[in-house]
Amino acid sequence: MVMGMSTTFNVLDHVMVPDHQIMSEEEVAVLLSTYTITQDQLPKMYHDDPAVKSIGANMGDVVKITRKSQTAGKAESYRLVVKRPKK
Amino acid sequence: MTSPKRVGKIEFGLLSPKEIRKMSIRKIIWADTYDDDGFPYPQGLMDLGLGVIDPGLRCKTCDQKASDCPGHFGHIELAKPVIHVGYTRLIRKLLRVTCRSCSRMLLSPSDIDKILGPDDLRSENISEKDIKKERVCPHCGEQQLKINFEKPTTFSEIMTDVNGRKIDHKLTPADIRARLEKIPDDDLLLLGINPKVARPEWTILTVLPVPPVTMRPSIILENGQRSEDDLTHKLVDIIRINQRFKENQDAGAPQLIIEDLWELLQYHLTTYLDNEVAGCPPARHRSGRPLKTLSQRLKGKDGRFRGSLSGKRVNFSSRTVISPDPNLSIGEVGVPLAIANEMSVPVRVTPFNLEEIRFMVLTGPDRKLLSEPCGANYAIRPDNRRVRLSDQNTETVAEMIEPGWTVDRQLRNGDIVLFNRQPSLHRMSIMSHRIVLMEGKTFRLNPAICPPYNADFDGDEMNLHVPQTEEARAEAYILASVQENILSPRFGGPIIGGIHDHISGIFLLTHELRWFTKSEMISLLRFTHLTHLPPADRVDENGMQYWSNKQVFSMILPDGLNMFFRASSCVNCDTCLKEDCERDAYIRIIDGKLLSGTIDKKAIGAFDGTILQRIIRQYGLARGVQFIDDVTKLSIRAIMLDGFSFGIDDEDLTRTEYGQIEEVLESASQDVNRRIKIYQDGQLEPMPGRTLEETLEMQIMQVLGKARDRTGEIAGRHLGLSNSAVVMAVSGARGSMLNLTQMAGCLGQQSVRGERIVRGYDERTLPHFKKGDRGAEAHGFIKNSYKSGLNPTEFFFHAIGGREGLVDTAVRTSQSGYLQRRMINALQDLKVAYDGTVRTTGGRIIQFKYGEDNTDPSKSCFGEPVDVKGIVENILKEEV
Repeated sequence: MVMGMSTTFNVLDHVMVPDHQIMSEEEVAVLLSTYTITQDQLPKMYHDDPAVKSIGANMGDVVKITRKSQTAGKAESYRLVVKRPKK
Repeated sequence: MTSPKRVGKIEFGLLSPKEIRKMSIRKIIWADTYDDDGFPYPQGLMDLGLGVIDPGLRCKTCDQKASDCPGHFGHIELAKPVIHVGYTRLIRKLLRVTCRSCSRMLLSPSDIDKILGPDDLRSENISEKDIKKERVCPHCGEQQLKINFEKPTTFSEIMTDVNGRKIDHKLTPADIRARLEKIPDDDLLLLGINPKVARPEWTILTVLPVPPVTMRPSIILENGQRSEDDLTHKLVDIIRINQRFKENQDAGAPQLIIEDLWELLQYHLTTYLDNEVAGCPPARHRSGRPLKTLSQRLKGKDGRFRGSLSGKRVNFSSRTVISPDPNLSIGEVGVPLAIANEMSVPVRVTPFNLEEIRFMVLTGPDRKLLSEPCGANYAIRPDNRRVRLSDQNTETVAEMIEPGWTVDRQLRNGDIVLFNRQPSLHRMSIMSHRIVLMEGKTFRLNPAICPPYNADFDGDEMNLHVPQTEEARAEAYILASVQENILSPRFGGPIIGGIHDHISGIFLLTHELRWFTKSEMISLLRFTHLTHLPPADRVDENGMQYWSNKQVFSMILPDGLNMFFRASSCVNCDTCLKEDCERDAYIRIIDGKLLSGTIDKKAIGAFDGTILQRIIRQYGLARGVQFIDDVTKLSIRAIMLDGFSFGIDDEDLTRTEYGQIEEVLESASQDVNRRIKIYQDGQLEPMPGRTLEETLEMQIMQVLGKARDRTGEIAGRHLGLSNSAVVMAVSGARGSMLNLTQMAGCLGQQSVRGERIVRGYDERTLPHFKKGDRGAEAHGFIKNSYKSGLNPTEFFFHAIGGREGLVDTAVRTSQSGYLQRRMINALQDLKVAYDGTVRTTGGRIIQFKYGEDNTDPSKSCFGEPVDVKGIVENILKEEV
């Protein structure tokens, strides 16, 4: 990533952007079975989300987001990458 | 019962002319409804085949009675096609994206591929934006023209004539329909239209369905005249114009007349579908009232969706004015006898309650005194026939009842009801209470439960609902009772607690040290649950027993309570003197004994009540209810011991204070003038990021603000705790020291949008001032207090500032009301599943852990899952 005068930067470096991790297939399988859900019952995020683009996730991937929480200190959330629907 | 099924998909389509004719039972050609004998014309708008509305008659189509016949559609053949107003935007889009000559989409196959993108990210549809305006058709090479759309239903093409002038060429609905018909199915699919269910030409009507009479029934007035529904009126208009149009067409009338009639027919159809279209005068009734046509039946608050489907009216409910009764428990509600007699609860007759119910039936429907046992209003036989009880038939019905019957029993003391005040903004707006029958005509409630309902007694009305089944009563009691709702799920503290006089009273009772005789003790504690007096704290030489005020309060505390905190009256000194606090604001409770400190809003108030919160956590909800009942009753007795009132002379200060206030204001005024002078001389240093004017304004505001506070301090020095307003402000019961400053000292700067008042005339606020005057008085500084009275200019500025406040509240309530509505609609079906996830009804996960920490805020301690400090202190019995 080119810094300096460039207007682009890695969004993941920003303090307010939580940690994004692509989950492996095994992890996803465990996740789905612990909550007894199908993949489409997961929360979603769009394929053109800046964070998704910068970690290189593709549609169908599940992203683990670890963010700071006011109540719990640290909270994990999982989102399925989907295509942004056209307006 | 069939099992619930999942909705796979919903298809939205259009009715084709073919379908409309197929479902039609009759072609309607007559504009009239009934002939002179009152018989409907065949093929008229009230044709007997369209359904029956008169009871007793049978439908000509389905041979069913009025209650069973759903009604049947007819149709009108329109002389010429007419645009459906609801689809004008779709029509406009289709005209703009297709060729005017060959009707194919204005994109070559390669363009389409480019727009839809690569295979893995392929989007479904092409939008209007993807097609550039005014270009040549890639299929037939035709030059495209700009399509103009004028509300409500006019389409035209902009042509350029030989001289280069632009001319508007109007497209008739028939032209448009011809173009839409030619659009190929494949192109429609790309535009997001399924041609199997919605061919675009069907948006232009050639045949109009006539709704059955069951959805437009006529009413018969007292004088025997029939009054038709608005829809029927509109249909009459449509048929009349349609017939005239046909006649003129057949007679070969000139083009001009045909166009006029066509437009008129278009107008009538437009208003028939929607009478509130922009750019179209609404069709009116003879009386001048706009007609309620199809779209008006569905739209808005009283429309079919919000008015009839989401909102329904209920039985077993009542509504009346509320008034306070501090002698009720917070879980009770006083119900007037007249209401209790009218409302009922069904009771099944069994061998075990047969005699009891027989007695109720015998008592009948008229209960005249509170002391009388409850009667019954209806007896329901095993075959579900209702027998209304009256004085005449009680004895015969009482003889007849046996197990298997049900009797609608009147309300009696202890019945569970749901009590509600609108707007129902949170779940505490509906709580269940136990009823207490009362004289009078109002609902009575303990003033301590006003905060959750946001009720007061200036004429508020509340609703009461009587649950009709055992399950409903159980649910109302277990989930919605007042005691379950003391702790708010919003912040984990009590939302019910002492208010106003409860707080003033308990403050006066517990402040400093006081001694009470036995008779005073008994008078104070009469209405609490206590039965025995504890041993006296002090016995004097004559053997008289005295109890301290702190001991009085300790008596209603549970044993074993240990708490340490600072009261509302605490001013946060740099070093806390603790027990030796000169304001007596350090509260120490050990083993259920109040050892030091004053009880006030922080301890027992609604929204704050730390003691109350602790009692509920440590001893349970029922003890919490008892504590609220005790503390409110004790404080009311305590406030009556000395009396508590406020009058105009409570705002009086002495000559010394008035002199000091005068001095402060005078020096502030001089200071302001001095700063203005500096500004005018150009000597003012601007603050960073501000202009000179802004800097000056800020300085003036600051000086005047300080001056106002100084007058408050001066007034506060004179007014001590002997002043009722000070007691209320310090204890947190009502008002603040600022209110007191404004009453006794100086009202201060009036502002609009946080700035001094500048609006008005050219360079001045009022003609009383010189142009360009920047002084304090000229821009809304009020030197007087409410007591001393405002002069005319001050009064005017005060009105300006006051109006801003009113406008703000009005705007805020409407905006937050709509925000609330949208939030509720979005979130209403979410629930916390057994695994702790928050899910929609479809099982989709919204949160993986409720609130991310799986904590119910109403079981938390002001938001914290565990009250570590409280637990440690409770064990150590000292502050940590």
